[in-house]
Amino acid sequence: MIINHPLLGPRDAAEFIYLGDACLIDRPDWQAEDAAEQFYEYGYLRDNPAGEHQELWYHEQGDRSWLVVTRDTLSHKITKVELARDVAVARGRG
Amino acid sequence: MSQVNRIEGGLIDRSKTLSFTFNGKAMQGHPGDTLASALLANGQTLVGRSFKYHRPRGIFTSGSEEPNALVQLRTGAHQEPNTRATVAELFDGLNATSQNHRGSLEFDMMAMTDFVSPFLSAGFYYKTFMWPKAFWEKFYEPVIRSSAGLGRLSMQEDPDIYDKGFLHCDLLVIGAGPAGLSAALAAGRSGARVILADEDFAPGGRLNAETLEVDGMAGADWATQAIDELSAMDNVRVMTRSTVYGAYDHGIYGVLERCTDHLASSNGKPRQILWRVYSKRAVLAAGATERPIAFGNNDRPGVMLAGAVRDYANRYGVTPGQQVAVFTNNDDGWRTAADLAAKGVQVSAIIDSRDAPAVCDVPGARHVRNAAVVDTVGRKGLKSVTLTDGQVIPVDCLAVSGGWNPNVHLTCHQRGRPTWDDDLSAFVPGGELPVGMAVAGAANGAMTLGAALQSGRDVANAQVKDLGFTASRKAAPKAEDEPRECAAFWHVKESKKRAWLDQQNDVTVKDVKLSHTEGYRSVELLKRYTTLGMATDQGKTANIPALAIMAECTGKTIPETGTTIFRPPYTPVPLGALGGRARGKDFRPYRLTPSHKWAEENGASFVTVGNWMRAEWYTRPGEKGWRDSVDREAKNTRESVGICDVTTLGKIDVKGKDAGEFLNKVYSNTFSTLAVGKVRYGLMLREDGICYDDGTTARMGENHYVMTTTTANAVLVFRRMEFARQCLWPDLDVHLISTTDGWAQFAVAGPNSRNLLRKVVDEEHDISNEAFPFMGCGEITVCGGMPARLFRISFSGELAFEIAVPARYGNSMMGVLNEAGKEFNVAPYGTEALGVMRIEKGHATANELNGQTTAHNIGLGKMVSQKKECIGNVLSQREELIRDDDIRLMGFHPVDRNEKLIAGSHFITKGEDAIMDNDQGWMTSVAFSPNLGHSVGLGFIKRGHERKGEIVRAVSPVHGKEIEVEIVSAHMIDPEGERLRA
Repeated sequence: MIINHPLLGPRDAAEFIYLGDACLIDRPDWQAEDAAEQFYEYGYLRDNPAGEHQELWYHEQGDRSWLVVTRDTLSHKITKVELARDVAVARGRG
Repeated sequence: MSQVNRIEGGLIDRSKTLSFTFNGKAMQGHPGDTLASALLANGQTLVGRSFKYHRPRGIFTSGSEEPNALVQLRTGAHQEPNTRATVAELFDGLNATSQNHRGSLEFDMMAMTDFVSPFLSAGFYYKTFMWPKAFWEKFYEPVIRSSAGLGRLSMQEDPDIYDKGFLHCDLLVIGAGPAGLSAALAAGRSGARVILADEDFAPGGRLNAETLEVDGMAGADWATQAIDELSAMDNVRVMTRSTVYGAYDHGIYGVLERCTDHLASSNGKPRQILWRVYSKRAVLAAGATERPIAFGNNDRPGVMLAGAVRDYANRYGVTPGQQVAVFTNNDDGWRTAADLAAKGVQVSAIIDSRDAPAVCDVPGARHVRNAAVVDTVGRKGLKSVTLTDGQVIPVDCLAVSGGWNPNVHLTCHQRGRPTWDDDLSAFVPGGELPVGMAVAGAANGAMTLGAALQSGRDVANAQVKDLGFTASRKAAPKAEDEPRECAAFWHVKESKKRAWLDQQNDVTVKDVKLSHTEGYRSVELLKRYTTLGMATDQGKTANIPALAIMAECTGKTIPETGTTIFRPPYTPVPLGALGGRARGKDFRPYRLTPSHKWAEENGASFVTVGNWMRAEWYTRPGEKGWRDSVDREAKNTRESVGICDVTTLGKIDVKGKDAGEFLNKVYSNTFSTLAVGKVRYGLMLREDGICYDDGTTARMGENHYVMTTTTANAVLVFRRMEFARQCLWPDLDVHLISTTDGWAQFAVAGPNSRNLLRKVVDEEHDISNEAFPFMGCGEITVCGGMPARLFRISFSGELAFEIAVPARYGNSMMGVLNEAGKEFNVAPYGTEALGVMRIEKGHATANELNGQTTAHNIGLGKMVSQKKECIGNVLSQREELIRDDDIRLMGFHPVDRNEKLIAGSHFITKGEDAIMDNDQGWMTSVAFSPNLGHSVGLGFIKRGHERKGEIVRAVSPVHGKEIEVEIVSAHMIDPEGERLRA
């Protein structure tokens, strides 16, 4: 696969490390009343879609950016690649 | 033996003669021959024995689809089994042998399996070897093992080298037949970067096998001219002997280039190169493969595909027989008869399954219409064929054509499914193709020459236009469209004898019918039940006829029956090529510590830790075993001073005004309150609350921390911290850089460590206990101005420092420290002594932080702050993770001090049975303590902190041994930490 890095252009997937669902960005509030329940879901429960999936890739053999890659799990077609930091900020983290 | 079957013409170089042997028999051929064409030229029609029934088999095709002619090439360590003779280029001195027979090829003792074949039908293994059950291991399996497989491995290390490489292009053209050449010419002229790859050593594809003309010249000559034009273009790379074996995601293709297989010796050059080709677009011009018709005894040596017979005659100047008949269901088969007759070979008959007039005039040949071959005679070579009407025709070669299948394989590697074309009676590319791929020529169903040339040009032009190039206006090369009518005809129903579909796996028409009767009707089950379409040829000639028969049985159409899934590789790829250079020492990367050279010169033995080579101990004269060295090193350090290279521990510079806040979040304890010039031990948790990693972090300045991680987790911790920084807390002003390789770091440990360092550290830096206390740190200079970092931290439990210098000075620093320490009797120590001392001191490492234990378990529960946000603190408080009666890290001494403790032993309370229900915990680490004079251990035991002094059993069922041990504090040396602070 080839991932079109927003800063570096197209790079081979072999340069990246795969983590998983981009929902890992949405870490719960540790002070919430039901924090334990929320962290349990955050840590253990994932969707496993056949189709479009937002996932985290880390450019370890490159600039060390974490990326959010939108990929079709059936065709491997990649429709969007964003810096995870931008996604995190857009989702209200910092 | 002379070349009895050599006839005029062909693309071989008759001015040179090559000598080779087959089963020890000396034979001759010419440059341009394959092993198969040379064997046929020498009259060798019998070349092997079949897989299951040991039937005599000959050469069936002239290409990579060959099911039968599998031979062993070369000798000694270079021996290579299961090589297709049809694609093995002949070279002088080639040594080939046949496979799969006991005794000689002519008198194979295993041929008896053929006579008991009624008992060896499809599913034979599953049905037969079921009973009696006890027979499997002792009888069936050994017998099957000894008769299974075809060739033999040399059992020696492969002496050749293999390489891997990367290529990029705008357009990859797969196949250099008429369509591929036409496509490459068009794309090359547009200026696009083109790679043209073909599996053959002579580009041209079927042009070399036919007598057809292109642009008014012989097809083979036109191909040569086209290759000359392409080779002269700077933007085109022509790759011969290169098979595109797989279509992967996003326009990536796998290509195997056979660089030296056609030479007697590779002469130190890579034998094969596995290329990864990154293409923006691709044109698949893989051509088509002819399929046979199934009839009784259709596997005899001498029964061949018609297109192959023509190929041998036209390209190699070889006739596979002296008296030939053609059996066809289509117009193309007639060309074999016409071409052979034109070369003076006697063609006895053309047997056409269609009730149709002659396609062309073939001198001397009878046209038998509306007829078929039902049986053949001739065990080791064809003697005659019998037709449906009973007439017998004496021949030594039968050319069979059942029509042509487009080579759709690569269009399906992304799970695309081909569609059925009734007109061709074949599957053509359909559905979704791999990204960027278009198909041209026969591979796309353009089965005639004129159409293939036109389609190659048009498809390539469309592809380069899509990339923004201006397509060349030059017209496609001109050729006529030859007759190609075909009437589906799969097998001769009148045949009573076994009719073979898959010759490589010995699958017959009857086997497919049996599979249907027994309920294995899906093509996927059919394949696995009968083994149809497996092994080196992947059923290239067998699959479609077998599908047609399954369709007949089920009453469905062929497209309804469907195909199995095509997967890479298209043709076999040697494991050596897939491994490339990653073998032996280079199997994975290895890293050397900065003091490696010094260690080598001073008697070190090395151990692999992650990718690192670390000194495990330094042997001194007179020491008889590793224990002598390790005991001395550990004792010497505690009594005077020792030095250890600890560079391998991960080092991460954390900088920014929020650095402290950031560390608060990744460590379970607090770091923002750490004073500048101080070091603190830190414990990291996983998000689920389990211990992850530990180390010390020093605050070098207001906005600058230096973190250390364990050696094993250095990369992983850095990755997680980047995740935390970018994805979880992007608002924090903090930056990270790994400096593991930037600094060489040495532990200088023992009561004399300060005295030693005073000789090295520049005078203006006060390192007295008052100025530089335990857990202090600072930037200093050594050896007259060289910048260094000094940390007063201790893994051994002694008064100790770690000193870091730029990595390039690491080796000389090791020398300087040891030289300076001579008066204190300094000794370097390795990882073993390091391990002994940390066990004595009760410091946890990976044995204890094993991914299952909590801060609570290792006695550091209080370090997990609940007053701040940090990774893992929420889930670490789950009920089961903070139970009071849970396991605790403790020390263990054998009651009998002479006993040697065993790591992995389980603790059982005295008086209880040694069963899992009574399990109290386990021993994680053991060592002989030279400082205490007996074996010591660390381990986890339930309520350990309340059980000091209790004697329990340490049981190791694996060793059949149990030892009584006393539970003690994990800090078995200097529990109060007085030495540390000295």
